[in-house]
Amino acid sequence: MRQSTEAKVVFWGFLSPTLFAFLMIIVIPFILGVYYSFTEWTGVAGASNAWVGLQNYADLLREKRFFYSFAVTAAYSLVSMVVINLVAFVLALLVTQELKGRNIYRAGFFLPNVIGGLILGYIWQFVFNSALPRLGDLLSIGFLRKSMLADPRTAFFALVFVVSWQYAGYIMMIYVAALQNVPQELLEAAAIDGAGPWQRLRHITLPMIAPAFTVNSFLTLVNSFKQFDVNVSLTGGMPTTTFAGEPVFATELLAMNIYNTALAMNDYARGQAKAVVFFVVLAVLSLLQVYFNKKREVEL
Amino acid sequence: MRRRKAYLLLLELVTALLFVLYFSPFYILVVNAFKSRYEVLTDVLGLPDSWSQAMANLRAILANPNLRFGASALSSVIITSCSLVVIALFSAMAAWVLVRTRSRVSTFVFMMYVAAMVIPFQVVMLPLVSWMRMIHQWTGIPMLRTYHGLIFAYLGFGSSLSIFLYHGFIKGIPKELEEAAIIDGCSRPQVFFRIILPILRPVTVTVLILNGIWIWNDFLLPLLMLGIGNEIQTIPLAIAGFIGSFVKQWELIMLALLLAIVPVVVLFLLAQKHIIRGMVEGSVKG
Repeated sequence: MRQSTEAKVVFWGFLSPTLFAFLMIIVIPFILGVYYSFTEWTGVAGASNAWVGLQNYADLLREKRFFYSFAVTAAYSLVSMVVINLVAFVLALLVTQELKGRNIYRAGFFLPNVIGGLILGYIWQFVFNSALPRLGDLLSIGFLRKSMLADPRTAFFALVFVVSWQYAGYIMMIYVAALQNVPQELLEAAAIDGAGPWQRLRHITLPMIAPAFTVNSFLTLVNSFKQFDVNVSLTGGMPTTTFAGEPVFATELLAMNIYNTALAMNDYARGQAKAVVFFVVLAVLSLLQVYFNKKREVEL
Repeated sequence: MRRRKAYLLLLELVTALLFVLYFSPFYILVVNAFKSRYEVLTDVLGLPDSWSQAMANLRAILANPNLRFGASALSSVIITSCSLVVIALFSAMAAWVLVRTRSRVSTFVFMMYVAAMVIPFQVVMLPLVSWMRMIHQWTGIPMLRTYHGLIFAYLGFGSSLSIFLYHGFIKGIPKELEEAAIIDGCSRPQVFFRIILPILRPVTVTVLILNGIWIWNDFLLPLLMLGIGNEIQTIPLAIAGFIGSFVKQWELIMLALLLAIVPVVVLFLLAQKHIIRGMVEGSVKG
């Protein structure tokens, strides 16, 4: 069937506002960005940018601060993934019991997700720097007396802690939805057959909600890898530490490293090359995610 | 039976305790927002001596020339609401024609939107800023440091997921409904605005919630497109600028943070079911 002229006009007319914005805001900057990463781009509009080939990428291999940031981000993402999922799953198990306040608990644990990471990070910065040391004094708990944010290692865990606190309630709700889909009859039948709570969890609930684990693992991994807001407001990349004989920022995750490279150190080309590497890692993660989710569907 | 009751009571207590611990940072936030500077230093954990200090802090915040809280709140409201209107309306329009037109072009465009969801903000942010500057040079239309520039950027970043959500919903709407309206003499745009748009309400709620929470809280895009200290600034920018600039006046910072989260928290309490469902659905599908 040939489309009528009216249908064509309406098609392009209705599509054009989002398509135009999409081309201008995502497609063109993306193409420019990949191109710029192979040049001496300075961020100045209209300046001619000499082609340098893979030079920017080769420089990345020698930059210790980038290497360190990459490693910290990878470690941070993996640790966060495990912690968030663990906390979220335990919370989900709790709030799916017949508790009186379960709706309040669910909403309460979810609440930090509607507040911006920047603001939550500042609140927690105050808690770590002022409230917890005071609590440590009052209760004579030695390790609380010093701010966790002052030491490279504890600052890393403070970051994991705050993001887990923020995000667990969200992941919890996905587990809650999965747990509610586990057929009640199956659990009752197992209970009649003499399976204890632990056995029911291990042999019925866990296998039934396996797809939710896959979804949540990737969700938390990818989001942790992209972390920026809490990083900025909680630690700002601080404190400094040494890595392979060079001073680096202990908690500077990749997103912040990219931002700092371009806007604080004014090295746009190198920052953009880092951003392209960042993109490639995330694209691979996304492909793995699609692959594993599909595989799960077939199995079910 | 009695054992089960004791077990549930124990669980209730554990959960309630966890819940209280979970909210302890908010306690710290609220009590310190209502203290004097001296009190914040001497007694962080306790309740404020007098709640009247709150008014003094509030006045200090509203009058603070670095924070410009009132103006920033207004800008945040303008940016969020305008972005939501354009994202929801234009995404619904695009999704509808993409579903109802069976052609290679429409499949390609839709796949492009889906694929673009993988692109992280970091890879486009730097060239975006200089591209916006180039547009200014070529057309004379300023894109940076303006409302329309930022709202246009939100349309670009927000429409992919929104189109995807609308697309999924529209596929389930029977085509006969539209054909009947066409026979009755409706033009295609009329079919969309009179028949389809009202049916889309449940997805529209999801789209508004997802984008609304993201835009209201967003920090990096406004930071790049508006900049700290600009005439137009959002609440997160204002707070980041305020904290970064001077000696840290924590009692004022706490109150500013509290004021920033109150609207979202109130909205959340009013519509928590919709918000939780919308946020969970949106991200799991996307």
